[in-house]
Amino acid sequence: MAQVVTSHRGPVTGTATHQRKKRPFLLDLYSTAVGKKYVMGLTGIAMMGFVLFHMIGNLKMYLGATHLDEYAEFLKQLLVPIAPEGVVLWLLRGGLITFLFLHLHAAWSLTRLNRHARPVKYQSKRDYQIANFASRTMRWSGMIVLAFIIWHLSDLTFGVANTVGTDGVFVKAEVYNNVVRSFQRVPVSIFYVVANILLGIHLFHGTWSIFQSLGWNNPRFNNWRRGFATGFAAIVVLGNVSFPIAVMAGIVG
Amino acid sequence: MTLTDELFAKNTVKLDSKIPDGPVADKWDNYKENMKLVNPNNKRKFKVIVVGTGLAGASAAATLAELGYQVDAFTFHDSARRAHSIAAQGGINGAKNYKGDGDSVHRLFYDTVKGGDFRAREANVHRLAQVSVDIIDQMVAQGVPFAREYGGLLDNRSFGGAQVSRTFYARGQTGQQLLLGAYQQFSRQVGLGGISLYNRSELIDIVVIDGRASGIVVRDLVTGEITSHAAHAVVLATGGYGNAFFLSTNAMACNVTAAWRAHRKGALFANPCYTQIHPTCIPQSDDSQSKLTLMSESLRNDGRVWVPVNPNETRPAHEVPEEERDYYLERLYPSFGNLAPRDISSRAAKRAVDKGQGVGPKKNGVYLDFSEAIERLGHDVVQERYGNLFEMYERIAGENPYETPMRIYPASHYTMGGLWVDYELQTNIPGLYAAGEANFSDHGANRLGASALMQGLADGYFVLPYTIGNGLAPLLNKPMPGIDHPEFKAAEDAARNRYNAYLAINGTKSPDYFHRELGKIIWDYCGMERTEEGLKKALELLPALYQEFKTDLRVTGSGDDMNQTLEKAGRVDDFFQLGMLMCRDALDRKESCGGHFRAEYQTDEGEALRDDVNYCHVAAWQWGGDPMTPNLNVEPLEFEAVHLATRSYK
Amino acid sequence: MSNHLKNITLRIWRQAGPAAKGNFETHVVDEITDEASFLEMLDILNDKLVTEGKEAVVFDHDCREGICGTCSLMIDGQAHGPQRGTATCQLHMRQFKSNDTITIEPWRASAFPIIKDLMVDRSAFDRIIESGGYITADTGGAPDANLIPIPKVIADAAMDSAECIGCGACVAACPNGAANLFTGAKIAHLSRLPQGQAERYSRVESMVETMDDHFGSCTSHGECEAACPKEISIDVIALMNKDFRKAKFANRKDLARK
Repeated sequence: MAQVVTSHRGPVTGTATHQRKKRPFLLDLYSTAVGKKYVMGLTGIAMMGFVLFHMIGNLKMYLGATHLDEYAEFLKQLLVPIAPEGVVLWLLRGGLITFLFLHLHAAWSLTRLNRHARPVKYQSKRDYQIANFASRTMRWSGMIVLAFIIWHLSDLTFGVANTVGTDGVFVKAEVYNNVVRSFQRVPVSIFYVVANILLGIHLFHGTWSIFQSLGWNNPRFNNWRRGFATGFAAIVVLGNVSFPIAVMAGIVG
Repeated sequence: MTLTDELFAKNTVKLDSKIPDGPVADKWDNYKENMKLVNPNNKRKFKVIVVGTGLAGASAAATLAELGYQVDAFTFHDSARRAHSIAAQGGINGAKNYKGDGDSVHRLFYDTVKGGDFRAREANVHRLAQVSVDIIDQMVAQGVPFAREYGGLLDNRSFGGAQVSRTFYARGQTGQQLLLGAYQQFSRQVGLGGISLYNRSELIDIVVIDGRASGIVVRDLVTGEITSHAAHAVVLATGGYGNAFFLSTNAMACNVTAAWRAHRKGALFANPCYTQIHPTCIPQSDDSQSKLTLMSESLRNDGRVWVPVNPNETRPAHEVPEEERDYYLERLYPSFGNLAPRDISSRAAKRAVDKGQGVGPKKNGVYLDFSEAIERLGHDVVQERYGNLFEMYERIAGENPYETPMRIYPASHYTMGGLWVDYELQTNIPGLYAAGEANFSDHGANRLGASALMQGLADGYFVLPYTIGNGLAPLLNKPMPGIDHPEFKAAEDAARNRYNAYLAINGTKSPDYFHRELGKIIWDYCGMERTEEGLKKALELLPALYQEFKTDLRVTGSGDDMNQTLEKAGRVDDFFQLGMLMCRDALDRKESCGGHFRAEYQTDEGEALRDDVNYCHVAAWQWGGDPMTPNLNVEPLEFEAVHLATRSYK
Repeated sequence: MSNHLKNITLRIWRQAGPAAKGNFETHVVDEITDEASFLEMLDILNDKLVTEGKEAVVFDHDCREGICGTCSLMIDGQAHGPQRGTATCQLHMRQFKSNDTITIEPWRASAFPIIKDLMVDRSAFDRIIESGGYITADTGGAPDANLIPIPKVIADAAMDSAECIGCGACVAACPNGAANLFTGAKIAHLSRLPQGQAERYSRVESMVETMDDHFGSCTSHGECEAACPKEISIDVIALMNKDFRKAKFANRKDLARK
């Protein structure tokens, strides 16, 4: 007769038994989906700050060429003489590029995780209840906005995609001129408007999501979260979209 | 010589209830002082199988694993959190006397014995009342979010059959919260490796070797594979057999198979005729219905039960004037009113409906009216107390109970009968224990509201961990048979043949058809009111239908993968055999008590008439080779602490 | 009072096993009372199928009271069907009309592999609870239940999330197959109570990391809340995220002290 008893069993006491390999702190946080969402959220906030101030700065366009060009020069002169000319601006740019990269990496790896979580799709049509156009198109709106950023940089920062003006040379410091020249091309303006609307949609869901992802949840302000997201996205979009329209309508130019 | 003595003399099995010495209040302490212990380091040498992961099973498995035993837990559900304990709504009793309204262990003990119509074993009930206090502490420590007063202390409500507020509750989902508490504790042990969980595995036989329960045979419901598992002790916490009625408030999968297979292997089945019909269920709406839904008894705290005086009443409820309503519970039982015990309320409803006063499209219900409560307490308070129950009612019945009174009718709900167990919750097969609804021990002939949760947790948390140790201690380092023993192989083969046989009949009717027909017979003749004539008729109808089942059953699919039809066939088979025993037991018990009401034995006012001289005993049936020829054994019930009295709730 | 629906076409997903290729099978229910529940309709269909010698449709169900969480089903593209706050077993035919075509699919997620037809394996939920979804309190050592007063609002809030029935609708409805609502609900339940404080941070870390092993991530669609038969709010997800952050920091501080 065989003995039924084996001495195999776990410890008598203990708690939360799931043990992962210990990683350095930030990597440890980033290795989880919740941690990646934190990165998405925090980098999102930084870039939200950028788009807001970018839009506000560009409003100088309505004050005339000198104001806008001076503003561009001011950005180069930030913290001079503590730092040499352009350094702070490049630091900011470097930060933004890093944030963008992190934002993209987190988005890419979360997407992979999500694809893996449902390898076989529903075979019948889904009937979504709450998920809206904004939340379901984050990936697409994000990618189009990314494409736009690249194009936008080559248009107005590097001048590669800018039509060379009457003088035949792209002069970086003549911001006002560059903008006006660019927006006088109708397809460019249309692309710009479409991309900014998509940016707004991306911002709307992103802004509201930040509250969830970063665990900012309080019955006192929960009702305001959607309103804030809508307001923020609307302000940025309205400001940005007004520029090409103003150029096309001849108000600026 | 009384009938009890006469029958006792003819017992074929020695029934030793092992009640400890001393006055009833000291028995449990005496037991604990004298029981044998297993050294903490030796506990891991013992393996205990727990079948079922409801309140009793999960709590027993968790506690045994915490103590250090190896535990193998089996459930036919996909997860340990699904057991039907989860559906208990109202609450759990605990003799805490937090309300200062005169509650005590003794009063809970007395109420339970009296509520059970003096057909329970005194010592067991007293122990239950004693540990009820610890259960509340334990569950709160585990994070069960019981309802609280504004000051942060626990809230209580009152329940049928008691005149004190001792029921702890978590909205209308007390069973869910308690089960999840036990499930979490259970899961912790699974995570730690103390419990090996076998889900989607149904027990299909018990293996008894040399008179001792040595293990079980299970069928993996996903693959159809049949395997054996050996252990030093086996705990059956497999619930009740209310689904014998087909239409009941039990979950669809609730079945008697585990208990019945144990019965066929020699375990005695006690008091199968004690079934509880719950007074507040939603009436059947259609013949194709497969399940009845319970509305918590707590509704009777504020709802008033009535029927129209005129049987031909056609007006909607709110148009029937006060003087044409019969608030029959308040009229008949003024001191308990709408909170009269379940069996009494159920029969009163049946009498009203039988007189033609029933309401609803099928005239098969009575009103449970909240209009007075809404007026007195306001809509918000009523919503706070019963909101989720009202929503549930509206979803099922399609009527808004804030506006139209609910319609309710009794339905099979709980079974007090079950495997015979001694004071240690051990069946007459050494090593085989039964806990929770699966055993017969604590509720006598009728269970009080909010006592099922209490009993399940008492058995699992505070009784079995002690008594199993006492039983295992002498077995230390003794060799036990393993699954290579021929008895295991024989049981596996028998089980395989049984399931193959269902597939081979290839008749014309589904298991559901037979279950429905079986249920109709049992409900009609062994339901709320039983007669000698009816029971005899049932005992003719059942074997005939069973014969048809064995020759005309159709089970499609195969036995090698998930096949719910095949599962059902096995369960219905066992319900048939049990049904015959239920009717037989009901026929033999020539008295009315609690849930067992024989029309021949009633007072002039239609109340149950007990026969304490001849039937103050437990009827424990031994398998006799055929479901129609069981052997009766009796355990006389002796009452020291309480006096047998006629139950009166007037 | 009761009406009858006629000519209901059912497109039901049939799949012989986990690895088998599945497809939709069409059945017609000629007549059914609107008092019947959705699952009773499937019972009737199954009874017919068995009588005709065909295999019954396999689906998970048990209590039929909306509390055990066994039932599932994607009905017309919605987890648990069209009625809000209602599990499939509580869905009644009065939600449908004569001549409707109803599509029934199993829940799909890599963590919920299909067992057969409409039945899936949701054991991954158990793994999450096993990794920390409890309060360690061995039987026997508990203090008196009234020793720690818990304000009613706290107890009620804990109860709101404790109501989760573990059905998996949140995962099924989530476009990403995430289980954040399920995990968040358990964390919110235990972390809101004084008893749950001792293990608050180890619990959230362990449960979230286990969740990651099986499920997708949250992108705040809110579909889970809409599908939840207990209407648990996605606020619990925010709470979980907050506790997770605190856990990572708190843990670090504590470990550094050692």
